[in-house]
Amino acid sequence: MNKLQKLLDERGILLADGATGTNLIPMGLDSGQAPEAWNFDHVDRIQKLHQSFIDAGSDILVTNSFGGTARRLHLHQLDDRVVEVNEAAATIAGDLVANSGREIVVAGSVGPTGDLLVPLGELTYEGAVEAFIEQMTGLKKGGADVAWIETMSSPEEIDAAIEAANEVGMDYVVTASFDTAGKTMMGFSPADFGDAMQAKPTKPVAFGSNCGVGASDLLVAAIDLVAHSGGIPVVAKANAGIPRIAGDKVVYSGSPELMGDYAKLAMNLGISIIGGCCGNSPAHVKAMADAVREHNGGDAPTAEEIIEILGPLVSPKTDKTADRSNRRRKRS
Amino acid sequence: MADDEDDIILSELSDEELSEQMQDDLYDGLKEEIIEGVNIYLERGWAPYDILTKVLVVGMKTVGDDFRDGILFVPEVLLAANAMKGGMHILRPLLTETGAPKMGKMVVGTVKGDIHDIGKNLVGMMMEGAGFEVIDLGINTDVDQFLAAIEEHKPDILGMSALLTTTMTYMKVVIETLKEKGVRDDLFVIVGGAPLNEEFGEAIGADAYCKDAAIAVETAKRLVSQAA
Repeated sequence: MNKLQKLLDERGILLADGATGTNLIPMGLDSGQAPEAWNFDHVDRIQKLHQSFIDAGSDILVTNSFGGTARRLHLHQLDDRVVEVNEAAATIAGDLVANSGREIVVAGSVGPTGDLLVPLGELTYEGAVEAFIEQMTGLKKGGADVAWIETMSSPEEIDAAIEAANEVGMDYVVTASFDTAGKTMMGFSPADFGDAMQAKPTKPVAFGSNCGVGASDLLVAAIDLVAHSGGIPVVAKANAGIPRIAGDKVVYSGSPELMGDYAKLAMNLGISIIGGCCGNSPAHVKAMADAVREHNGGDAPTAEEIIEILGPLVSPKTDKTADRSNRRRKRS
Repeated sequence: MADDEDDIILSELSDEELSEQMQDDLYDGLKEEIIEGVNIYLERGWAPYDILTKVLVVGMKTVGDDFRDGILFVPEVLLAANAMKGGMHILRPLLTETGAPKMGKMVVGTVKGDIHDIGKNLVGMMMEGAGFEVIDLGINTDVDQFLAAIEEHKPDILGMSALLTTTMTYMKVVIETLKEKGVRDDLFVIVGGAPLNEEFGEAIGADAYCKDAAIAVETAKRLVSQAA
């Protein structure tokens, strides 16, 4: 059985980790630099970040491989080392897990390709599958327990990544970003996402939402994810509020306490895997860990209750509809 | 389909009906129909500038409004912008020939280290749809490329885009360099991208943060009209 599935069965609720990119910036990552290059150049810093999440109580480590597909790595002259970059990412996390004395899942991060798929863009579906296969081959080689497909917005690209995971023979988790009026920027709704995942011949170990525009928006979207999960465990990995510039630093508006509250609300909603995306430091993860440990149940919150505790939605759903005449036509 | 509605003959419509039909066709992303409509107007002796401003820009405004309001999403807007592009392909050389007025000029690019250009491309297309001249520097644009383009094209507006938390801070680098070179006040800087927000835009010294391409167009229009 997959390790993630096993831990879900044993522990009920799992704690993922925090941000990668925004935590590497204070460690010296310059703007525009590839975090993935540090899998070779600064292994010690990636280890330090993972270890801080292990110490904070994470059950899942998401590897430093978000931008690990060829076209993204091309910018940084790493596109001829795709398998190697991803293998290193998984190995760095795996070695720390082996020394931790705990059972922790190594989740191989797979971000979007950054390209639009045909017909909107140039990337073919087959090309996307191929790009993901190359990345996942490296992650699997490095010992990742699951492919952790994240920050997705296009249903077709999600399908391509899932097909790649099936081809490579990896179990997978898939999360999307609902940052535009309650849907992804491509117009994919949480309800449709859930229905699509339930219909997959090889179902995800878990699915859900990450990143986007803030903890409130993410949890409100998660209400529909849970309702359309068909029993598949749901993931919530929210940003720690929104980014602000303080001097030369980027700081996020959400405190560890806020993320603790977020974790409680998430559990009451029926979320099984809770963690943080951008802006979540180890202190934020620690606050979520405390909330998970101390949690003793509660009613599922409504959207209004989520907003009351975590703050207003950044990109609320619209009740407007298109104001169109009847002249609309469709060419056959 | 043998539906009557499918048999709209554009050339049989009056000027006014054609304009309404083309605005709907833009909304539906029907590129061939837009090209056909533009050519009909040209045959009827319309000035290229009037076709642009009275038909296409009005149509794209509806698309932009519904995008801003969460009714349309990126795929529909891309198709509409692509249809617009079909019309612009015919009109652009004619507009230059006839010396038609421009809303303004914009240099736009995705910043260094970032390959994400979906939003940036939308901004470029929507700005062009609103009558701006757009110089698109593409992805992974460093400060020297921005500076060179600004010197060459003397734009009214610089637009920067970033999708990653690890690249958005590069916008600050660009703005600081513009200040050092003494050219910051020669243009407006607008910024956008998923991880950004208004406060972030303010803190790095941009004139405006734009949540999406529709807002970018509104903001650009407001800024250039204020400066005029």
